[in-house]
Amino acid sequence: MAGTDAKVAFRNVSKSYGAIEVVHDVSFELNEGDFVSLVGPSGCGKTTMMNMLAGFTQPTGGAVLLEGEPVAGPGPDRGVIFQEYGVFPWLTVENNIRFGLNLAVRRDIKKDEKSAIVEKYLALMRLQEFRNAWPKNLSGGMRQRLALARAYAANPHFLLMDEPFGALDAQTRADMHDLLLGIMQAERKTALLITHSVDEAIYLSNRVLVISARPSRIVDDVHIPFPFPRTRDLLDDKEFIALRRRMRDLVMKQYADQLALR
Amino acid sequence: MSRLADALWRLAPFACVVALWYGVKWSGIFSPGLLPAPHEVAIALFERLRYNNFLIDIWLSVQRVLLGLLFGMICAVPVGFLIGWNRRLRRFVDPLINFFRALPPIALIPLVIVYLGIGEIAKVAILFYAAFFAAVIVMYEGMSQISPIYIKVSRTLGATDFEIFTKVIVPLTLPHVLTAARVALGVAWATLVASELVAAQNGIGAVIQNASAFFNLPVIYAGIITIGFFALLMDTLLRAASRRLLSWQDSVEH
Ligand SMILES: Nc1ncnc2c1ncn2[C@@H]1O[C@H](COP(=O)(O)OP(=O)(O)O)[C@@H](O)[C@H]1O
Ligand SMILES: [Mg+2]
Repeated sequence: MAGTDAKVAFRNVSKSYGAIEVVHDVSFELNEGDFVSLVGPSGCGKTTMMNMLAGFTQPTGGAVLLEGEPVAGPGPDRGVIFQEYGVFPWLTVENNIRFGLNLAVRRDIKKDEKSAIVEKYLALMRLQEFRNAWPKNLSGGMRQRLALARAYAANPHFLLMDEPFGALDAQTRADMHDLLLGIMQAERKTALLITHSVDEAIYLSNRVLVISARPSRIVDDVHIPFPFPRTRDLLDDKEFIALRRRMRDLVMKQYADQLALR
Repeated sequence: MSRLADALWRLAPFACVVALWYGVKWSGIFSPGLLPAPHEVAIALFERLRYNNFLIDIWLSVQRVLLGLLFGMICAVPVGFLIGWNRRLRRFVDPLINFFRALPPIALIPLVIVYLGIGEIAKVAILFYAAFFAAVIVMYEGMSQISPIYIKVSRTLGATDFEIFTKVIVPLTLPHVLTAARVALGVAWATLVASELVAAQNGIGAVIQNASAFFNLPVIYAGIITIGFFALLMDTLLRAASRRLLSWQDSVEH
């Protein structure tokens, strides 16, 4: 089979809920170290695609392969970041990060090693001062940093993010982009990001897949040529602006098609 | 100092009620024989405690309420848990549970006497009934509101089913257990007098009923106030426990 060295492969994946087909014959691959964004209208099936990779649901046609094997269910090799953060409200910041490390799957890690991991991500996500705080006292941006720290502490190979910054204000979102680029620079994960924002997708990714209106198909697979590390200056780059314009037009067309579905 | 001020503020409304009570008493709206003064009730209460073993009645009633609550919660937690997680089961049993909860426990007394006799078991059974149905509804309505996202997150972190249960579901269930216990406790105290209608020999409810046979109004009032006092005391303790255990929650105030 061609391309079996791909880390993730969607092979002619379809998914229907009853009579409604949500994903139609989608094929793409993620290679080691890829940061790929999916951009497309609401309700087109992006979350469904991610859920199949995360292992929350199974395709009704084709296969989602992880290192050559079909995805069997959720696992600690794939960290997931949700828009609603999903931080555990009954645990302090520090214990949220520690949660994954205290599970039976991590019993081979020594105790002080675990503490070192927790400290590292507290620092990277700038949460040290809040280590003993309850999540209820954190802002949205801090909660999402906590979710990211918790996901990283479990040392997944993949990072799956479903509109992680959608609920944040523009300034916080910009901070999160740079924090994410920073942690990615420190520890590269193979990442899949779902977003509505073309800017966000281009700024963070090395590839962007534009998804059609439901049922999902891949309309375009765009290589993003800008080298890492990236800074916000990139947003004013001529090439960036031209790419953004071209992709926005394409994405808007998919949104219009999706609206026509209703 | 602020603790003292806080305590005084809590007592203030009761002081107002006592003042109002005196006001009504001295206004002459009621004929003197129909409304004892607060101090007469206090004297009756003191004499009951001193000469009539009222502490034993209190102890028996508290014991019955706690047993009814305990057994009610022991059944309501797992049952509410199962119903809360299973939408189809919930739709099926919801009308039934509401039907049984709506039955006034007092109406069940004849049946309870037929099946369980007139001993302690019969009295506790009535309290159990009331506590169970009140608690089970709070439990499953609370459980059904638990967001599945925490379970999804734990799976992606590698948690086993057992770990998800102990590390995620149990902490998420605890607030609902405590709320259910508070509601059930209130209902159990409200049902106490009815439960002690079963061959009233002892207990605060029995004291009230016996006093009513003799038209002994100060003792009736003393009994009612004693029930209110212990119901409030236990609720305050449970609320303090909730606040301590659930400081992570947005608000513990219900
Ligand atoms: N569990 C489900 N059962 C039925 N329909 C679903 C389910 N999950 C998603 N859908 C439907 O599939 C479509 C795509 O949903 P989703 O993948 O969440 O879209 P997106 O993330 O792109 O906004 C929507 O029309 C949604 O209503
Ligand atoms: Mg979605």
